[in-house]
Amino acid sequence: MRLTPTLKAAAAVAVLLAATACGSSDTGSSASTGLNPPDLKAQSKLGKTEGQVNLIAWAGYVEDGSNDPKVDWVSDFEKQTGCQVNSKVAASSDEMVKLMKTGQYDAVSASGDASLRLIASGDAAPVNTALVPNYKNVFSGLKKGAWNSVDGQMYGIPHGRGANLLMYNTQKVSPAPTSWSAVFDDASAHKGHVTAYDSPIYIADAALYLKSARPELKIKDPYALDQKQFDAAVALLKKQSANVGEYWSDYLKEISAFKSGDSVVGTTWQVIANLTADEGAKVKAFVPEEGSTGWSDTWMVSAKAKHPNCAYKWMDWIISPKVNAQVAEYFGEAPANSEACAYTSDKSFCDTFHATDESYWKNVAFWNTPIEQCLDGRTDVKCVPYAKWVQAWTEIKG
Amino acid sequence: MTSLPQTAGRSPVRRLAGTLHRRPRLRLSLLLTAPLLWLAVLYLGSLAVLFVSAFWTTNSFTSEVVKVWSADNFHQLLTTPVYRQVILRSVGVALAVTLLCAVIAFPVAFYTARIAKPERRPLLVVAILTPLWASYLVKVYAWRLILSQDGLADWALKPLGLSGPGYGLTAAVIALTYLWLPYMILPIHTALEQLPANLLDASADLGARAGRTFRSVVLPMVLPSVAAGSVFTFSLSLGDYITVQIVGGKTQLIGNVVYSNIELNLPMAAALGTVPVVVIVVYLLAMRRTGALSSL
Repeated sequence: MRLTPTLKAAAAVAVLLAATACGSSDTGSSASTGLNPPDLKAQSKLGKTEGQVNLIAWAGYVEDGSNDPKVDWVSDFEKQTGCQVNSKVAASSDEMVKLMKTGQYDAVSASGDASLRLIASGDAAPVNTALVPNYKNVFSGLKKGAWNSVDGQMYGIPHGRGANLLMYNTQKVSPAPTSWSAVFDDASAHKGHVTAYDSPIYIADAALYLKSARPELKIKDPYALDQKQFDAAVALLKKQSANVGEYWSDYLKEISAFKSGDSVVGTTWQVIANLTADEGAKVKAFVPEEGSTGWSDTWMVSAKAKHPNCAYKWMDWIISPKVNAQVAEYFGEAPANSEACAYTSDKSFCDTFHATDESYWKNVAFWNTPIEQCLDGRTDVKCVPYAKWVQAWTEIKG
Repeated sequence: MTSLPQTAGRSPVRRLAGTLHRRPRLRLSLLLTAPLLWLAVLYLGSLAVLFVSAFWTTNSFTSEVVKVWSADNFHQLLTTPVYRQVILRSVGVALAVTLLCAVIAFPVAFYTARIAKPERRPLLVVAILTPLWASYLVKVYAWRLILSQDGLADWALKPLGLSGPGYGLTAAVIALTYLWLPYMILPIHTALEQLPANLLDASADLGARAGRTFRSVVLPMVLPSVAAGSVFTFSLSLGDYITVQIVGGKTQLIGNVVYSNIELNLPMAAALGTVPVVVIVVYLLAMRRTGALSSL
């Protein structure tokens, strides 16, 4: 039903896609998934801007100076393009998915645990990257990932990325941990003071650990777990839960817990680790030897967008070097645009966040949406879909 | 002076007033339509929608609500051990908070209503109400700091060789008790204030000691107010999910489970949401027997 108006431009799109494919030939992962999204077509050319654009974003992604007069990258966009920006801050990936289903929004900054759901349900349209000039400077590790593309077709423009690190209190945890076992098999050493991210997607962290700790489970992708692998991860997390003091989803809560010593070891984000250290806590955060999970946000255009041209303009704007540097620094993540590092106010920012270190990101399994068709390409088994992850997460916390 | 009948006929306001005066039924229906609409459509209506949507299902992949009737959600609710645990825990927390509130509130109310000098009483009541002026979140975060590792609670208990409870179920009960205490003090204060002094005198004249007077005179007269206060503390604790997120460690109550389901599995959230409604209805029915509802 939704496809009919966009079908005609197919040929033109194919030509343009070939062009973009040449521009970004160095893709890291092949995205051959069992996913069959509705056959939507990307826009072939930009028309006149519509005068406004409705965005769904994480807090701190669309700042127009109303929170902090010095933090404003929306006003210039509005001046240059004539697109009035209306933004809605979403608190979770699930909320983003729900808001996108209303069809009232043009674009969303979706994390990997939302993007595939949006693609599969036909709420997000493929994106013609040729219409986004700044896309050519996006780090290759962010292009055509399993979480933002299907069969080589991009469904959005990468915004930034971050890894889920292991943080520990250097005074209370010794010897210094090197592996995720510090929060799983050896968690009992810090009973009551272990922390973990409070979201069903955290099950993937357990799966990532099991991938190397129990090779006989043959986990290839922590987001593609069949029932047996899933049960093993859930069992591991239930064991971990006995040692967990509290789960965190609000980063202020984690900072205060590490400062007071209520938490001494657990998952974190770079920006939280920096803030915690700034506040005087003796903490260190790193990627353990097993690698880690991470998140990468992607700006996606709604298939029902009423202001698609403004949405494309926005996507190009938000990853333009200067703005991408601003937003990355404000939010605390690695920027997507390779040229952004020249514009950060803190010159060591990109090093701190490993923005240009592709080998660092090789070890990071970016959040993805678990679906029934296994994302690792297996067709002989069914994988456990995200809805079951949510249910299991409730059971893990007990 | 009486107004002239002609002027009364001319002014539309007066004519309306006259009509309303002559027809009490019209008057009553105009007065009650708005609040009744509010109650029936907005309040009971949304409860009905909540209940109905609990019978729907979701598409496990797109998590869109599918309007197919099934009692699966309720079946899951009753058979899954974790849900049963969470429900029992929530009811337990609500009961514990209510009991603690009653135990703490009684002496406080007795002091403010009977022992303190009469001219100071209004001031004391204001003092009891002041915490309600501060933001809920500020108060709960304050408790988070108090109960943290080496926080105020640990520091105060250290000389006794003890340590604070840390974050967890106990912390949640403590914080909730603190939050809802004024709602328990006020009705008890009112009841104690209204207690006729001559009843206490009579009891003393008849030879009853303080304990006996309390058991046989004060308690029976104040009990309905305690029950009335408990309706507040019980229902507020049963529905709370933010306090437990902040100081409850990894504890989950019904509210948290509803919250975690609301985006992806709305029907399941609705089914879980009916649980507190049922519990509260049962509680209210039980309280009605004590006569609490007439002293609210």
